[in-house]
Formats: sequence, structure tokens, C-alpha cells
Amino acid sequence: MSLSPDLISAATDAALVAIASAADLEELKQVKIEHIGDRSELAKANQSLGKMDPTARAEFGKVIGMARGKVNAAFAVRELELAAERDARILEEERVDVTLPGRRTQKGGLHPLTILTNEISDLFVGLGYSVAEGPELESEWLNFDALNMPADHPARTMQDTFFVEPLTAKLVMRTHTSPVQVRTMLSEEPPIYVICPGRTYRADELDATHTPVFGQVEGLVIDRGITMADLKGTLDHFAQAMFGPDVKTRLRPSFFPFTEPSAEVDFFFQGRWMEWGGCGMVNPKVLQACGIDTTQFSGFAFGMGLERTLMVRHGISDMHDIVEGDVRFTRHYGTGQI
Amino acid sequence: MKIPLSWLREFTAIPLDISVAEIEDAFVRVGFEVESIDVLGGDIQGPLVVAQVLSIEELTEHKKPIRYVGLDCGEGQTRFVICGARNFSVGDRVVAALPGAILPGDFAISARETYGRISDGMICSARELRISDDHTGIIILPADAAIGADATQLLEVNDVVVDLSILADRGYALSARGLAREVASSLGLPYTDPVHLVDSSKYEINNAGVQVSIDDKSAASVIYMRTISNFDLTAQTPLWMSRRIEKCGMRSISLAVDITNYVMLELGQPLHAFDRDKVSGSLHIRRANDDAFLTTLDGQKRQLDPDDLVVAEEAGPLALAGTMGGESSEVTSSTTSIALEAARFDPISIARNSRRHKLSSEASRRLERAVDPSLAELASARAVDLFIQLGGASHIGSAKDGEPRYAPIISFDPHYVSTLLGTEISAATVAEKLLVIGCDLDQSNPDSWKVDPPSWRSDLVHPADLVEEVGRLVGYDKITPRLPIGKKGARLTQAQSRKRNLGLMLANVGFTEVMNSPFVSPEINDLLGFEGDRAKAFRIANPMSEDFPLLRTHLLPGLLIALQRNLGRGAKDPALFEIGTIFRNTTQLAVAEEVPTSSRPTDAQLAQIYQGVPQQPIHIGAVVAGNTQLDGWWGKGRAFDWSDAISMAVRLVEETGNTPRVIASNLAPWHTGRCAEILVGDVVVGHAGELHPRVLTALNLPARSCAFVVVLSAIPFHEVNRAVPVWTMPAAIQDISLIVDHDVPAADVEAALVAGAGELLESIQLFDRYDQLGDGKVSLAYSLTFRAPDRTLTAAEVSEFRTSAAASALEKCGAIVRV
Repeated sequence: MSLSPDLISAATDAALVAIASAADLEELKQVKIEHIGDRSELAKANQSLGKMDPTARAEFGKVIGMARGKVNAAFAVRELELAAERDARILEEERVDVTLPGRRTQKGGLHPLTILTNEISDLFVGLGYSVAEGPELESEWLNFDALNMPADHPARTMQDTFFVEPLTAKLVMRTHTSPVQVRTMLSEEPPIYVICPGRTYRADELDATHTPVFGQVEGLVIDRGITMADLKGTLDHFAQAMFGPDVKTRLRPSFFPFTEPSAEVDFFFQGRWMEWGGCGMVNPKVLQACGIDTTQFSGFAFGMGLERTLMVRHGISDMHDIVEGDVRFTRHYGTGQI
Repeated sequence: MKIPLSWLREFTAIPLDISVAEIEDAFVRVGFEVESIDVLGGDIQGPLVVAQVLSIEELTEHKKPIRYVGLDCGEGQTRFVICGARNFSVGDRVVAALPGAILPGDFAISARETYGRISDGMICSARELRISDDHTGIIILPADAAIGADATQLLEVNDVVVDLSILADRGYALSARGLAREVASSLGLPYTDPVHLVDSSKYEINNAGVQVSIDDKSAASVIYMRTISNFDLTAQTPLWMSRRIEKCGMRSISLAVDITNYVMLELGQPLHAFDRDKVSGSLHIRRANDDAFLTTLDGQKRQLDPDDLVVAEEAGPLALAGTMGGESSEVTSSTTSIALEAARFDPISIARNSRRHKLSSEASRRLERAVDPSLAELASARAVDLFIQLGGASHIGSAKDGEPRYAPIISFDPHYVSTLLGTEISAATVAEKLLVIGCDLDQSNPDSWKVDPPSWRSDLVHPADLVEEVGRLVGYDKITPRLPIGKKGARLTQAQSRKRNLGLMLANVGFTEVMNSPFVSPEINDLLGFEGDRAKAFRIANPMSEDFPLLRTHLLPGLLIALQRNLGRGAKDPALFEIGTIFRNTTQLAVAEEVPTSSRPTDAQLAQIYQGVPQQPIHIGAVVAGNTQLDGWWGKGRAFDWSDAISMAVRLVEETGNTPRVIASNLAPWHTGRCAEILVGDVVVGHAGELHPRVLTALNLPARSCAFVVVLSAIPFHEVNRAVPVWTMPAAIQDISLIVDHDVPAADVEAALVAGAGELLESIQLFDRYDQLGDGKVSLAYSLTFRAPDRTLTAAEVSEFRTSAAASALEKCGAIVRV
């Protein structure tokens, strides 16, 4: 074949037309073989350069080089265009309905009493309290005697206690978490700052507002110079954390064998006063039974029902929902803030 | 305790215009819970007058006999009314509602024609006036009622009855005397103590009447027995007395009984009246000992406990002391001589009487809360006054044994009030409040007063008791709150954090937490096949239900029932978990010894108390029925199976930083071939797998339901979890396929490979298992990843590790490399 500028020009034009008219990447691939590949006119022209005399080689070389450059550039542009078209088409073909329900595993959740207990624990840990725990099947001495409730004290019968056989072992299902307070006082030197959340038991029939198995959280502080003002301040802080910053509390004189003075704490929530729990200054007799020097230390204690707190705060009207373990009730709360 | 304000006003001048809210507030402020406040008579409008029956004309032509009655209403002319009742005769005084009156239920009285006559008013029954439920006839007033007088006043129709809940330490408040004192101090009003009006000296102590002795000195401190005779059998309870008794929620029965109840309500001292003619010899306060039976007033023949406190004659017990009288010596309508008992019994003995016989009476409720020791003398004298005044009786003689014992004098530093309450309260205020509650004070030493509590306040023993009295009367609202801050560095313990994390982990992978009752039935324990320690359940002596008397030894009974309940309510694919305490009666329980509370127990006593409480481990349990990946528009889901259960249990243990090990197990209630035991070291920390088909069928649960239990308290803690070095040189992966007998546990094969592969083995994964080889063989294909910290491993090195691993598997498990 003899080289001529016209021939190269014609091959170049043919290549450019072919590139421009390639409809997709597949056609473009064929165009590449025909017009750019080793067997294309331009490639062959390039290969024939070697047999030319040096003067002509330089001149033709330049022409061919420019022609091939032009073709390659056009190819690259067209290839990008076609790739973009193809991608756009595929993505459109792959369009889905993203509003379909997501494929998932079962949703779980923590019991709201657990979430509430955690919330209360964290609140008091932030105030420098430890969280103390103890056995639910407890010795009568720790549950009653040490708390100034000797056998046959009317206060001991006022809590409907579950007794466990054999009766000689004097074991009861704890009626409050106060035995944990006693255990703490017996094992630690003051100052003591603890809260005692846990399960407690009293022989009440299950109904909309009572359950024989319920949760309590008690607090105990023993330190130098602790007064009823400290108790009030702590209860206010606690109530505000539970029921919002505007909640009001009041102490109503009451009687508990383990505190003296004793009071019921009420809170004003959603337009009315509601009973929340009991509290008072730890009775010196209890401190004595635990070997705490009453000339140096005084303390306060309080106790609230977790279910009641939960029911009031979340508008739960029936205790059955809390105790029956229906997943619909619990899942609603998830695992986080309630 | 129900009390009408009209009664309290006898002792303190409560303003007549006080509102219901103010009454409630007055009681609440000083520590009394108000159950209800009932305003009586608000719905009655006069004229309601006392009338005398002048004539009765029987009208017989109607379906029931009807009377046409002529009444003198003090109007100077006879008024005629129709009446259906028949319990009256000419001359009786009755209550007439005249036209214009409005009775409860908006019942307006007017002159109207009925039964063919003009009825110009109405004769009223007690129920029509809503003063009691009695509608057996019309009210017959005492013969001395003034004709034409306002009957609403005479009947004390208009009144306010307050129902109070009385705390266990305030026995004195179960009386008009005590409550009047409280409301007076709350409202700042003067108060007259009714016992000051009683003169007991006129009733001589002599040998004339029934004699009495306290045989068991621990049973009572003092007793009075006053004997009266010539009691008028026709004497009726006066209206003012029966009305007060009724307003307090008791029934008016007969004059003799009413007097004892009235004095009890007035002063707080229970009294018991014996028919003197049915008592022989002297009376003794003693334990029942060998006496086996006593028939009480309610007709019940009661088996006596040797420790029961009784009032006995020589022949045997007559009454369950302070609790209920006996039938044989009961006062009846023919009783003319009465022996009247008033005692300060030991509160604990009465509480025991009451509890043993499940008999809570008005008397026992007061006596077990401790009654004012001075009242035995005074209340019995007050009752004799009334017997003489209202029943025409005469005092024969009085007997007495013992002496009242009063609470000791308290040394009291008045500054202690401010110290404990956290607010400044002056000594003058302290003194004022202590005087109000009835204490006598000696303030000669300003730092150590001598406080003599009043006789009715046996609960005031310690200085703190006095602080409470001052505090409640001053008002706790006077204390300014202060927030104390505890100890630095407070945080959850490791165990608490761990429990929280594991619960959160389960909730985050789809498990829902439940909190089951720990009371279970023996049947479910049997059904689940519990043996050994898990069959050793504690029994509740007084269970809520005889069907569920046992404490759970395992979480699965409660979880399976909760699963059943959820499925029954239509839940799909429920996955439940619980973190809770279990109870096993596995240690010999010693007889608990008495440990005093006057000081800290000795170390030996404490050890004995602690050892007497069984260990109560915390378990995490879970049950799943159905899918872990749910069915949906995408197609079928995937069932949660035995392997998921085991892997969840293993993950829980791994989450604690421990390395669990799994071996085959066979523990009920799991499927005998699909139960894994999980260990950390040699400690068993859990079981997991599919549940036994028999159990699932019996509980009507879906086939293939799974469960796992992890013993949270058994999982060890580590001091510090050391870092694992992260090597960055290229990894070399070698696959190895082994053939083993089908009963060789995969875990053993993996352990053998790990042991032989050398230190540079980074990880191992079973990526294929094929059990269709026949000959009882299975093929296990593992991928072993090796990595060196400092260089790229050569093919020769890695091949050598693989060979070594294969040799170990051959040696330990008989594994042949599959080619």
C-alpha cells in the first residue's frame, strides 16, 4: 500500500464517523478494532513508516501521529459518553420502592422498670451514691428486727409478709429493700450514700394497682450532720428528675418503726397530690443495731415504689400490663430513654 | 376510725363554719391520713319536729294495714298523717316531717291525699333520714323529748364524720379524747381532757364484787374489775349515745353493751362486761395453758393455743383477753348484775391473740397499739357512772390488781430538734409543742430537759420521738431543703455494669425483657423434668395461691408461661428474656437464733445471720418461638434454631471478656440431643439449645422452640482485659478438609487443629460441614488464617503449620485429611 495524505485523511474521517455513530459500548468496541486496532488503516500506515526513507518518515510520521491522536481522543470522549448512558440506564432499571418495609429481625426491648431503675441509679450515682443490692429471700432479723420491728410489733403484721418454710430458719421474702440498707450499715463505715433498688414482696392480690411482687428503690445516707433538710433536698431533686422541674413535694407526718421522725412524701403532679413513698430520719435504734455511733452520725432514708412511679409518669392505668410480660407493652419502650 | 365532729367539739371548740378542706388539712398536717369526710344531714330541710301520737285509726280496706295517726306537733291542733309502720302506740314520741320539709333523695313532703285521707306530713324512719339503715319501723324518741322541738337537733342529724387511718404507734388516737387533742393542737385551740371529769375515788376498792388477779405478770400491768347490780332491764340507750356509736361506724345493741362501746370510743379504753351471775369466784388473767377450747361471742368454738391470753374463772377461760368475750358469760337482755373489766394488757400478747385467731376486734385494735395505762381505772369508773345514770344500777364494789406502768422520763436536749430537723427551732417553741401533746417539762437545765411523756403516749421513749412530735406540729414545710452530695468516684460495680450491658445486648438483638413472678407450681417443675438442685424448691408457708407455692429454681418455668401467654394473645415470633434471681433449697438451714438489736451483733452472730440466708444466683434466661429473621414480602424468614440459641449464650459469655467452651449435654427441659453446656474453664455457666418436644407439646408451644440460660453470677471477672496486638503483615490462608466419625464433636476437632497449628494461627473458621458421606462419617472443612508479626510467611512455612494441625487432629480426633 502506498501512503498518501489523502488516504490517511480518509481513514481518519472514516474512524471519526464510526466513533460518533457507535450506539453503545459494544459497537464502540468493534469500532476500536476496525479503526484503532493493529489491523486498522491508521495502524498499518504507522507500521509502514519503518520502510520509508528518513525524510518522508518524519513528514508522514507527523501526519499519522496527529491523525491517530485525533481518533483516540474522539474515542475516549465517546467511550465516556456511552458509559455514562449505560450507567444511567442500569441505575434506572434497578430502581426499587424504598418505602417497602425493611427486612428485619424482631424488635426487642428492656422492661420499662429496668429502664427506670437504670435511670434512678444513674441519677444517684451522679450524686455520689453507690447502688447496693441484696438477697430477695432474706433473714427476718435483717428484714424486721434490725429495723426496730421486733416480733409481734403491729408494724410487722401490717406488711403482709410471705414466710418461707421451714419457719424455724426465719426466712421471708423481703417486704422492702431496707435489709440491704442494714447489710450496708453492718459492712461499711460511714459516710454511707447508697440507693437500693430491687424486687420486694407483700401478700397483696394482683389488681389494677397492686401486685404481690413489686419493685422498690430506697435511699440511705449516713453522715455527720445529716438533717431532715438534706432529706427534703434529696427528695426534691429526685422528684424533679422523675416528674419534671416543676413538680412540688410535701412531707406528711407518718409512722415507720425504722425512722423517727417519719413522713410520707407526696408530690403534686398533673393537678393533684399523690402519695409517692415513705421517708424519715433513721431511727437511732436502727443505727445502734448496726453499730453506728449515734453521737457522731445521723442519717435519712426514703423508699418509693417503682411501679407507682412508672404508672404515674407514663399514664399506665393497669398493673397487669407491667407484670404480665406482654411483648406489646414492653417493646413500646425500646431500650433507651422512656 | 370514724369520729363525728360534734363529739370532738365537746372537748375542743372546732369552729362551726370550718370547711371540709380545712378539717382534712388540720388532720393531715399533724400526721393523720383522712380516708373520707362525710357531711351528714346536708340534704335534709325542716320542719322536722318531735310529735306525740294522740290517736291511731286502723285502715283495713287496703292491701296492707295502714294507720291514720293523729299527732300533737306542738302546734295547738292535731295533725293527721298516713303511716305504714306499726311499731308505735298512742303516747309515743315520733319524728314528724311537716309539709315543706325535704328529706334525703330530694323527697319533698307536702299535704296530699292518700288511702282516701289527707296526709298532712310524714312519720320518719331512721333510713328515711339517712341516719342509719334501720327501716324496721319509725323512730321512737325517748319519752322526755319535748313536743314540737326540732328533731334534727335532737337526732344530731347535721354532723360531719371524719374517717381517719390511724398509724400503728398512735393507739391513743382511736378515741374522741385523742383525736380532739390532735385537732385542737393542729388548729391552735384550747382542749379539755374528758378524763379530768371522771372521779373514780367514789368507787371503793373492796371485797364485795368480783375479785381479779393478774396471774401472769407479763400479761397486764393493771386491771380493774367493777361490779354493779340492779341494772334496769327496761332502760334504753339514750338517743345521743346511740347516734354517736352509729356515727363511729358501730351498731347500737343494748344499753349495757352500748355503754362499754361508748366509753371505749370516748376515751380509748376497751371494756368488757361479764354477766356477774354467770361468773363464779374470782377472775384470773393468765395463759390458756392446758385449756383447749373457748366459745366466743360470735358463736365460734375456738381451739386455744397454750400461749393465748385469757380471762378465766376457776373452772376455765371466760374470754379471749382483750380480743373477744366468751358466750357463756355474755351479757344478755336478762342481765342485771355486771362485772366490768378494764385492763392495760400487754400489747404483744393481744396482738398474738388477735393474729392466732384471725380476730381483729375494736378492743384488740386498741390494746395492741398500747392503751393509756391510767385509763383502766378512769374508763371503768366512767362506765359505772353511766350504768348508774342511765341504767339505774348501783356500784357493789371494785377490785384491782397491778399498777399502771408509765413511760420513763426522757433526758432531752432541746437543741437536738434543730440538729435533726435542719432548721432553727427555738427552745420556747419546742417547749410549747411538747406541752401541747401533754408532756410535763422540767427545763431547769437548758441543755438537758426532763420530759415526762403523757400517760397515753407510751410510744414516746427516745429523744428522736420528741423531735418528731415537735416537727409534725411545727410543720415539715418549715424546713428549707438542702441537697447533700455523696462520695467522689461513685459508680456501678462491675457486676452491675455487666448485668446492664448483657440485658441491653439481648434487647438490641430482638429479645423483649419480662419480669416474671418467682412463684411457681410443683406441676411445672415436674413437667420440665427438674432433678437434683433444681428440684429443691423453697415453699412459701402462706402463698397467695396454693397452686403456686414454690419459689422458682430456674427462670424457664416463668419464661415458658410468658411465652405461652404471648402466643395466646397472637404474638408472632416472640423472643423473651429475663434477668432474675433464682432460689434453691440446697443448704441445711439452721434454726435461727434470737439476736438482740440493742447493739451491733457480734461477728459470730452476724456470720450466723448471713449464713442462714441461702445463696441466690442471678440468671439470664431466654426463650424463642419462631423466626429470628422474619417472614415478609421478601419471602420466608429463618427460624431461630438450636444453633442460634447456643450462639446467643456463647456471645453473652464472650461479651464479659471470657472465652466460653461448648460441650454436648443432656439437661432437662432441653432436647436430649440438642442441648449444649457452656463452660468457662471448668465452671458451668449456662445451657442452650432446642427444648424437649414433650415439654413443648405439653405446654402447647410451637415445635422447635429454643431456650438458653446463663448463670450471670458464675461468670468470672478479670482484673484488666489486656490488649491483643494487631499485626499488619500479610495473612496466609490454608483450607483443610477433614473426615471424622459423626460423633466426634466439632469443637474437639477445632481445638485439636488450634493446638497443632502453632502460635501464628490467627483465626480458624468451620466453613463447611457435609454429613452425606455414609459410613457414619462427616466432613469438616476449616479455613486457617496465619500471620506473623514481622514478616510475610512463606508457602513452605504455612504448609508445615497445616500439616502439623492435621497431625494433631488425627491424633486427638482420628481425623483424616480429605483429598
